[in-house]
Amino acid sequence: MAEGNKFQLRIITPDRVFYESEASMVEMNTTDGEIGVYKEHVPTTFILVPGVLTIHGDDGEKYAALHSGFVEVLQGQVTVLAEAAEWPDEIDVERAERARARAEERLHDRADGINQMRAEAALRRALTRIKVGR
Amino acid sequence: MATMREIKRRKASIQSTQQITNAMKLVSTVKLQKSRAKAERTRPYTDMMYATVHHVLSCTEQVDHPYLKAGASEKKGIIVISSNRGLAGGYNSNIARLVLNSGIAPEQTVLYAVGRKGRETLCHRGYTVAEDYSDRMESPEYADALEIGRKVLADYMDQKIGEIYLVYTSFKNTVSHEPKMIKLLPVETDQFEAKDSEEDELLMSYEPGEGEVLDALIPLYMNSLIYGALVESTASENGARMQAMDSATSNAQEMLEHLSLEYNRARQASITQEITEIIAGANAIN
Repeated sequence: MAEGNKFQLRIITPDRVFYESEASMVEMNTTDGEIGVYKEHVPTTFILVPGVLTIHGDDGEKYAALHSGFVEVLQGQVTVLAEAAEWPDEIDVERAERARARAEERLHDRADGINQMRAEAALRRALTRIKVGR
Repeated sequence: MATMREIKRRKASIQSTQQITNAMKLVSTVKLQKSRAKAERTRPYTDMMYATVHHVLSCTEQVDHPYLKAGASEKKGIIVISSNRGLAGGYNSNIARLVLNSGIAPEQTVLYAVGRKGRETLCHRGYTVAEDYSDRMESPEYADALEIGRKVLADYMDQKIGEIYLVYTSFKNTVSHEPKMIKLLPVETDQFEAKDSEEDELLMSYEPGEGEVLDALIPLYMNSLIYGALVESTASENGARMQAMDSATSNAQEMLEHLSLEYNRARQASITQEITEIIAGANAIN
């Protein structure tokens, strides 16, 4: 891949700088659906929803689970601020499975307002973790 | 002059106090290193978050958004971050003083207390505590900040409170910590615009839209500030305790030195007196 196609990618979470390096493309889930960002993208701010983040860098593709946050695309630099981010080897798949079962149960039991929203969010997070963890 | 036995007892008691303060100093030094590293790891996130919100608000003009204008309620919510344990010098009283001198009447205030000491002091002064998160102060995680932020924001949206403030101790370095009070909501747009006038204006587009971006961004911004405040306060608390215990230990040392001198004098005096008595007795016999 040509050198000129790289941009600086930074992924920051409250606990650490999760990723800081060059990448040629990054894919993620936003409120508007899945997007992929290349270099020279128009400066934009997107809101993220829990989903899989894919980094296309020098050494192939990397996957990570990303939970709520936003991404700021500037010229030559993409910054992702996420409330939580995890590499596949950091994910406890069994725990995520349990969380998924719990969230599904809650959605079945009763569905009212905020609780339903929370259960749905929990379900989305669990599904993302399971997907990345495998 | 105090008797030898009294001085000896006093010395022993000071010595054991000194042992305790010294141990506490060592413990808080270790804790300080940990919490300081944590605070430093958090900083890129909070800084970036601040810069982004700053940028978004300076680019958008005159947005009519509930997060940007004062709520209808007269009440003001204050998140007060102090510590659960004392013996940290002026750490807790500085926080309490900042709230007391803030000019906000106790009747109009709803407290969200994090830390037992601050809560107790302010309760005495007639403040109402809505929620107590003191047990989270031991080792604050992002999830804790999330919970506090969610609760405060819900109260704000329900018009229970009209403004939200955050009181915490900012950590500059090991010896200097400064109690701070910042306004979380409504976000003051003027404060942002004033600084940004010289920067080149990048034309930024927002997906799905400015309002929606603000909707999602401001809670994240709040949570990040709360989390930053929690970890900085923990670092400051340990720093303050370390300093307080350090000076307590050296004060104890000083007292011990003084008492040793006094003890030796008393011993000398008693020997002298004994000799005088013996000589006087011998003279009387002759």
